[in-house]
Amino acid sequence: MKLSYYPGCSLEGTALDYDQSVRELCVHLGVELADIPDWNCCGASSAHMTDHEVGIRLPLRNLLQVAGSGHDILVPCAACFQRLRAADKEMRDNPGHWDIVGSIPEFEIVHISTFLARPEILEKIRDKVSQPLSGLPVACYYGCLSLRHPHITGAPNWEMPVNLERIIEALGAKPVNWSHRTECCSGSLTMARPDIARKLVGDIAAAAKRAGATAMVTDCPMCQANVESRQLDLGGEDDLPVFFATELIIAAIEGKYPKKQQKVHLVSPDVVTQHFDSTATEDSA
Amino acid sequence: MNNTSISPEDRNKKFLNKLKERDIDVQACYQCGRCSAGCPIGEFFDLNVMEVVRLATYGMEEPLLNCHTIWLCAACETCATRCPNDIEIAGLMDVLREIALRKGVTPAEPRVPLFHKAFLGSISHWGRAYEIGMIAGYKINSRDLLGDMKLGLNMFLKGKLKLTPHSIKGKSDIKQIFSGKGKEYDR
Repeated sequence: MKLSYYPGCSLEGTALDYDQSVRELCVHLGVELADIPDWNCCGASSAHMTDHEVGIRLPLRNLLQVAGSGHDILVPCAACFQRLRAADKEMRDNPGHWDIVGSIPEFEIVHISTFLARPEILEKIRDKVSQPLSGLPVACYYGCLSLRHPHITGAPNWEMPVNLERIIEALGAKPVNWSHRTECCSGSLTMARPDIARKLVGDIAAAAKRAGATAMVTDCPMCQANVESRQLDLGGEDDLPVFFATELIIAAIEGKYPKKQQKVHLVSPDVVTQHFDSTATEDSA
Repeated sequence: MNNTSISPEDRNKKFLNKLKERDIDVQACYQCGRCSAGCPIGEFFDLNVMEVVRLATYGMEEPLLNCHTIWLCAACETCATRCPNDIEIAGLMDVLREIALRKGVTPAEPRVPLFHKAFLGSISHWGRAYEIGMIAGYKINSRDLLGDMKLGLNMFLKGKLKLTPHSIKGKSDIKQIFSGKGKEYDR
């Protein structure tokens, strides 16, 4: 299977390890990724919040770069996913306004968890797991942009999503039932109003702990960075590490959680490292 | 909101037309309040979400362009997904921010648009976001030099900040977009 791939700017910087885990996982799954040639930033929240034309034309350029490819587009970042889908919808609803010349390209823009939670992919993952995360209680955290607005994202269960839970269960971990799975962490405000981010992240982490989680799992690079970093600000003692679903899949498949990967977390990922204790020691030796 | 006199004479037709163009049907609001109830940032707002929608239905642009709410809204879309009348409330916030910037209204939360400006500046320059450059630009413009120093250093030491920007080839496309492509025939 071949897919076009849009990594997005976070996956070149703060979430570089997310990009690596997605690429590695696709090798395991026999999925070939072709990066969108010369892709540009989707504009994220800042563009659509301040300038509608820029907010659509930035992501639209990326779609036009792969207009003839015929492959669906895989997107790991929730924000990029939402912006590319918004541009896709505009392109289809109003091609004249957006200067679309010729036929409208045929492809679907797919967020990573939607892709990984497909029954045939889950089956492959289940088959490949060598060391399950047996019983690890994790809080699956979706945040906003892979789900909302469903007119844009096409998410079928935007209030009660199940993709991350399905993926985590395939690894043997135990998703907890909790209240804040789709609450906003205010990632787009985190630099300008860190006080608001601290409040929202504090509430989210507290809810996850209340439900008995020892770690959080997400598929959004903004959520991952924001929820780990703002917990540190709050100065609590039992902060929850936030993992990308893909890094846990790789760990369960390869039966180890390498030192290199442990180091990228701002909050100690010990809870997962301990699961792979024996192999982790070999790795560092 | 208590001191706001709502006057139908103040209706701003151009503003209402703009909302219509963008399919944001504020007139459909019957004030059920679900938007305000579910807003994760509502407690920090001066106007709650439903008040924003209500003022918009009256075309009362001025209190909206001057409020804190439009800048503190994180565009999480919770309000819009829960609106029983399918009003694109997050889109309304986008329109309000855009008009405020175009009109040069002094923003009630100056740091938020400064952040957007720094972020977009980085994209218009390189075609992709360059985090270190963007953060530096924001810090200088907002004069918030000391905030998050520890976090920034931590991220840097973890190798999470890319040292050199990536410049895309199609920078002329990006330049066109930022110099108003699509707005040529606005008037």
